[in-house]
Amino acid sequence: MGDFLHMGGYAPYVWVSYLFGLIVVVVNLWQPWRAEREVWRQLKRRRRNEERMNESETP
Amino acid sequence: MSLARAWGALLRRDVLLALRQRGQLANPLLFFVMVVALFPLGMNPDPVLLRSIAPGVIWVGALLAALLALESMFRSDFDDGALEQMLLTPYPLPLLVLAKVAAHWLVTGLPLLLVAPLLALLLNLEGEAVVILLTSLVLGTPLLSLIGAIGVALTVGLRRGGVLLSLLVLPLYVPVLIFAAGAVGNAQAGMAVTGQLAFLGALLALAVALAPLATAAALRISLD
Amino acid sequence: MWAWLHRLGSPKRFYGWSGTLARWAGWGSLLLGAAGLYYALFDSPPDYQQGESVRIMYVHVPAAWLSMFIYMNIAFASLISLVWRMKVADMFAAASAPIGAWFTFLALVTGSLWGKPMWGTWWIWDARLTSELILLFLYLGYIGLLSAIEERDTAARAAAVLALVGVVNIPIIHYSVEWWSTLHQGATVTKFEKPSIAWTMLRPLLLMALASTLFYIMVALRLARAELLRREADSTWVRELIDGRQGGGDR
Repeated sequence: MGDFLHMGGYAPYVWVSYLFGLIVVVVNLWQPWRAEREVWRQLKRRRRNEERMNESETP
Repeated sequence: MSLARAWGALLRRDVLLALRQRGQLANPLLFFVMVVALFPLGMNPDPVLLRSIAPGVIWVGALLAALLALESMFRSDFDDGALEQMLLTPYPLPLLVLAKVAAHWLVTGLPLLLVAPLLALLLNLEGEAVVILLTSLVLGTPLLSLIGAIGVALTVGLRRGGVLLSLLVLPLYVPVLIFAAGAVGNAQAGMAVTGQLAFLGALLALAVALAPLATAAALRISLD
Repeated sequence: MWAWLHRLGSPKRFYGWSGTLARWAGWGSLLLGAAGLYYALFDSPPDYQQGESVRIMYVHVPAAWLSMFIYMNIAFASLISLVWRMKVADMFAAASAPIGAWFTFLALVTGSLWGKPMWGTWWIWDARLTSELILLFLYLGYIGLLSAIEERDTAARAAAVLALVGVVNIPIIHYSVEWWSTLHQGATVTKFEKPSIAWTMLRPLLLMALASTLFYIMVALRLARAELLRREADSTWVRELIDGRQGGGDR
């Protein structure tokens, strides 16, 4: 296990590389997730407003 | 009027308009000289050292001066509506663009050529290398205008498109820089330069054929 | 003749099939990525010259490959957008750009980290890294142009032209940088590629390359779909979609 982490002396280079890889993956997973959440929130809000207006139009 | 006469008229018009604002013309030129002159000041002005960096420095200076000059290519015509008029004429837009680019080169690129020998002097570039420097500028500066035109056309509608223009255009300038400066460097070392110059020539031919098309498309989009 | 293409690219249709594709791509990417990581870190040999640092290759090479692949996708989508006037293609291109820039950045960083133990410096002007750097500028320029133009459709079309100009220039740039690099090659010759690569090393490399490609497809499609919903918010099919969502409880 120690050898594995040590990576033949190249530990910082190898592990930081994989760390950056992880960062890129995480950031690019987060972006669409956030975009989707925003859109759904906005769309739902608009829909609710529309329905409220439709109801108020029928006396 | 016939296409050829229209082309000539547009070229003449642009050159005359530019010549009326001689001050504006001088700016990129002075910038070119200043940038190159700054390098020795920022380092050890040892003649041998200067000679070795001369090709790259002069060419980077030319790139930056060209970038500075690009702004004026479509700006005034865009501002006063003349550009829109050009889009409405029956003449093929890419050819009109070629006329404007040619005019632009005559007033901004050609002067760089005239000043280059002075810069060669400042950086101790001599002999065969100076000839190759001028040749590379003859082939390269039209390339800078042609490629740059695409970038200007894409950003002409923006208020502060200047820095973005540089970002768009500089990567496209890299091959010109590599082969032009490479040719001069080779000339200094006494090696063959035909390969590099041939490549520049090929790039120029490609740019003359394709760049006006891209520029015209970009203009139509920007003026939508 | 192009009717099927237009149908495929119609917003509602696109939303449908892209969702399925994104889901498959996502799971595929996860599985292949897990397998790739396993082989990369546990079940592949160290290089006889570079030792364990060769494992960086399993991140660097897929990132570099992907940075080029994504730009090609942007160019292709730009072509479709300009020729067939498909908004969906615009959205996919715009969605792809940030991801492409990130992977280009990753390729540069891992290239640098790979190079430090090998050549002793954090940066070296070799053909591969220099080309990647210029590619990063191409991406940033593309993204910059998209955000600088306010009118969305104009921005998309201008960016499309830029992407096509860029894609024509990429081979020229690569060739120039290659030439320049071999001209100035000193005593240190960079050898990222070996003439023939052992299967034990090729396997994780291919797995990681495939996994990251599928990852890109999933992310780009999801971003494009979100943008599509925003744009088509007033259409019937989106309304029905929202009603369906709200009926089935909140997400």
